[in-house]
Amino acid sequence: MIDDVRGRELPKPAAVAPDRPEGPHAAGVGGSARRSGRPTARGEARRRLAIGWLFVLPALAFFCAFVIYPLITAVRYSLYHWNGIGAATWAGIDNYVRVFTEPELLISIVNALILIVFFTVIPVAGGLALATLIRTMRPGPFATMARTVLFLPQIIPLVAAGIAWSWMYAQTGTINTILDAVGLGFLSRSWLAGFGTALPAVGLIGSWVLTGLCTILLLTGIGKIDASLYEAARLDGAGWWREFVTVTLPGLRREIAVLVTITVIAALSSFDIIYTTTKGGPGTSTLVPGISIFRLAFTQSEVGLASAFGIVLLALVLLAVLPIQLLARERD
Amino acid sequence: MVVNKAEAVIGRVVLVLVLILTLLPLAGMLSGALQPADRIPDGFSWPSDPQWGNFAVAFRTAHVWQLLGSSTLIILGVVPLSLLLSTLAGYALGNLRIRGGGFVFALLLLGLTIPFEAIIIPIYYEITAMGLLNTQWAIILPLIGLYMPFSILWMRAHFAGVPTELSEAARIDGAGIFQEIRRIQLPLAMPALSALAILLFLWTWNQFLLPLVLVDDPDKRTMAGALGAFQGQYLNQLPLLFAGALIIMLPTIVIYAVFQRQFIKALLQGAVKG
Repeated sequence: MIDDVRGRELPKPAAVAPDRPEGPHAAGVGGSARRSGRPTARGEARRRLAIGWLFVLPALAFFCAFVIYPLITAVRYSLYHWNGIGAATWAGIDNYVRVFTEPELLISIVNALILIVFFTVIPVAGGLALATLIRTMRPGPFATMARTVLFLPQIIPLVAAGIAWSWMYAQTGTINTILDAVGLGFLSRSWLAGFGTALPAVGLIGSWVLTGLCTILLLTGIGKIDASLYEAARLDGAGWWREFVTVTLPGLRREIAVLVTITVIAALSSFDIIYTTTKGGPGTSTLVPGISIFRLAFTQSEVGLASAFGIVLLALVLLAVLPIQLLARERD
Repeated sequence: MVVNKAEAVIGRVVLVLVLILTLLPLAGMLSGALQPADRIPDGFSWPSDPQWGNFAVAFRTAHVWQLLGSSTLIILGVVPLSLLLSTLAGYALGNLRIRGGGFVFALLLLGLTIPFEAIIIPIYYEITAMGLLNTQWAIILPLIGLYMPFSILWMRAHFAGVPTELSEAARIDGAGIFQEIRRIQLPLAMPALSALAILLFLWTWNQFLLPLVLVDDPDKRTMAGALGAFQGQYLNQLPLLFAGALIIMLPTIVIYAVFQRQFIKALLQGAVKG
């Protein structure tokens, strides 16, 4: 049926005057199309193109108004010295030079890179270990409960996670209470206030948020690996490590690439957790680009510099994400 | 399948430990919320005299009714319109495969990677120029735009997976494009649409940066945005802050507990497509 209709309609475009499919000539030629009440194939194609663009435009308007236009504006701001109110003066690449030379700004970039350990390495490695260990768990009430709880940190706002963890780390908070109880009271301290402990402390909040997501996604991925591969490995006498390296890890390549991408973005553009726990302190020990941009723009009136930092942050994200994407795509 | 006993036991034990670790911060917050409001809470333990009244006080002083109203308004502004526009655009890109669609696709992929912090400054001045600062519109309009790359790509992926024979058959049967969308495409798209709705709801409810920058009055913010403001307000009454935070999380957690299967599915797919 479909082929039949195609056969009648397809040759027509060649016969139709190409520029005026809707003109009288086209209508005259499209005999069979007219009989069935449908326009010619080419007219139809043009109509679909027009409708298609009509469908895309409203969505594109919002996208352009609140993503593309601000992005172009940010680039423009970044080339000026501007305090947000007065006259702007041309700065050239001054602001970009400052991002990479002012120690405080450089530190926030370094801190963001360190956070990748906590937002990416720990959750993905931990998720791999946990997913491998529980992959044979039978579905049931306990498995459902475990999934539900593991995902909980993804559901609550990061601000709430920040508040909950501030209390974990507080002088009289949960962690110190537990340390006291097990006789390690001498270790207790105000974790978020120490120069050496603050960055790992906020980093671990990221691990807490992301490990569940990584575990469940990797577990789903393991479920898709052919079970006979595991059996073959066992029959060949492979231990758990060989099995992990030769069966599990290659089977999860795609999932790992996805997780690394989203967790690296989360590390580089972290804001909510740090704003609610340390605001970048003590000193500059937990400063990250998001906090620096916010401060520069809205408390220090350095709009140009803040915009330049925003563009640098975007470049960092692209720099981190593109290679992962290319690698994952190439091997698929 | 061959199951190694020792491995299974270790797995269970580690899993239980991880589950305890996941719940510990929330349990700690609950224990803190139940201590006398006027003192710095003391340690992690079930208080001998739990102050459930703290929740009532936090509910009142945090203006939770107004906040619920504001958050609902913002979600009703963001979610339905995002779904409508991204469905149309996703259909055009995934099913009609319009000319020039490849360029739009690439632009959207770029949009997906942009951290909100990188463009929040121009958005602030843009919203100021529109005279919308300190209104819910200041959150609604940008969020629709900021979530649009993900929403369109999500719907495009769905429509690209629908066999084109279906559209052709519909057209042969004389259906116009709108009839085809309404009768055939929309029913098929319901799972994709509801998952997207869940994600957009969650991201909007939990959105923090935009309300913080664009709306001064906590009562006009999202739930998460308002929570940021309480932090300064309750510096000397931590139990009330904890109670407030728990109240604010409660609606999503309740919805999550009821629809956890759908939530987890949506979040997993969201991770893969994002």
